[in-house]
Amino acid sequence: MKIELTVNGEQREADVWEGESLLFALREKLGLPGSKNACEQGECGSCSVLLDGTLVCACLVLAAQADGHDVVTVEGLGATGEPHPVQEAFVEAGAVQCGFCTPGLVVATVDLLAHSPQPSEDEIREALSGNLCRCTGYAKIFDAVRLAAQ
Amino acid sequence: MEVLTPRSLDEALRLKSENPQAVPIAGGTDLMVAINFDRIRPNAVLNLNEVPELRGWSRANGTLRLGAGLTYAEAMREPLAGLLPALAEASRTVGSPQIRNRGTIGGNLGTSSPAGDALPPLLVAGADVVLASVRGERRVALGEFVVGPKRNALAEDELVTAVELEPASAAETFMKVGPRNAMVIAVVSLALRAGEELRAAFGSAGPVPILVRAPRDDADAFPERVAEAAAPIDDVRGTAAYRRHALRVLTRRALDRCLA
Ligand SMILES: Cc1cc2nc3c(=O)[nH]c(=O)nc-3n(C[C@H](O)[C@H](O)[C@H](O)COP(=O)(O)OP(=O)(O)OC[C@H]3O[C@@H](n4cnc5c(N)ncnc54)[C@H](O)[C@@H]3O)c2cc1C
Ligand code: FES
Ligand code: FES
Repeated sequence: MKIELTVNGEQREADVWEGESLLFALREKLGLPGSKNACEQGECGSCSVLLDGTLVCACLVLAAQADGHDVVTVEGLGATGEPHPVQEAFVEAGAVQCGFCTPGLVVATVDLLAHSPQPSEDEIREALSGNLCRCTGYAKIFDAVRLAAQ
Repeated sequence: MEVLTPRSLDEALRLKSENPQAVPIAGGTDLMVAINFDRIRPNAVLNLNEVPELRGWSRANGTLRLGAGLTYAEAMREPLAGLLPALAEASRTVGSPQIRNRGTIGGNLGTSSPAGDALPPLLVAGADVVLASVRGERRVALGEFVVGPKRNALAEDELVTAVELEPASAAETFMKVGPRNAMVIAVVSLALRAGEELRAAFGSAGPVPILVRAPRDDADAFPERVAEAAAPIDDVRGTAAYRRHALRVLTRRALDRCLA
């Protein structure tokens, strides 16, 4: 089936299988591999995107449900050579090791700071509780969020 | 596979009656996992995201009506969180922000898991589930809606449209035991409303969530009554003995919190 949606501000069309996820459509049909696929069951957050401005796991949205809606992926946050301030903070704080979790964490952090520009420690932990990182131990990720909030 | 996307409740009910095998999808946080892992391959899914009548909540003559499409994130927001504090507390424990932004009350009812975190707070609030089809609308008490683990009273042409319940007139709370704060299926959970009557409901301690009631004067014996009403099993998340013990402790703590 055909779906039409706005992705990173651009009107896009994709031919999708009825049962496929928005994550699969973004990566395999729309040429946007920034959102990562690690679990396909909502546990890891590496596929986090904004759907109509709301943070969701793209693996749990049926691509067909995104028809007519607005999606922002990590690719839509900064441009090549012009990273988003949150991306810069992640680099500066050393919050990136293998980098697999980074796109999801960046999107989740952008969402957090949009709602709460000066988040408390608890708010940061709560906001990122749906994003798993197997490398950093999280301390540098929290540093990055604090840095981005400054 | 076919995706049916109705734009109104009437259209949704018509499509459901014409395609009774179509599986409803709201937030997709249960259903998409099953589809992604090829555990189910429905012929058709009925996408409820574009049905405005299922969204939000309202209040009329003192009764609250929560649309089936109400998300956990919405249940955590004021003023609803103040009207149903235990549901708000339970919602806060669900999954992660991403899951709470998508997962719905209607989906929790549709799944009817013994661990469904929305169920105990709705039970202590005396919730009725509103079911609709082209044949009309009916109300079923939540305790009768869930008939077994992952089984409920929905007929094949019906949808859950809403839940109706009384706002909290007395102190109420929700507690959940699990290995961490986020992303946890309850090892055991408990909702308590402490009015003239004490009402407790628990999750993950029996095939269906169960409501236990007692006069307020019987508070001292209540933790034991709640633990006795449970029918827990041993599984990967915990033993039956641990669950019964935890229920006793949670009920005591919930009473302390609500009667203080
Ligand atoms: C990572 C993760 C963490 C989770 N954590 C928790 C948790 O802590 N606590 C908890 O309780 N649950 C949890 N869940 C399960 C899930 O999020 C909840 O059960 C949620 O309420 C499901 O709602 P949904 O709208 O996403 O349902 P969907 O997946 O869209 O649907 C679920 C079922 O309900 C049916 N259905 C949906 N809407 C209707 C309707 N209006 N009428 C009739 N049938 C309907 C569907 O056909 C399907 O069978 C978690 C899931 C994930 C992936
Ligand atoms: S791939 Fe979506 S949450 Fe892990
Ligand atoms: S940097 Fe490797 S998973 Fe987070």
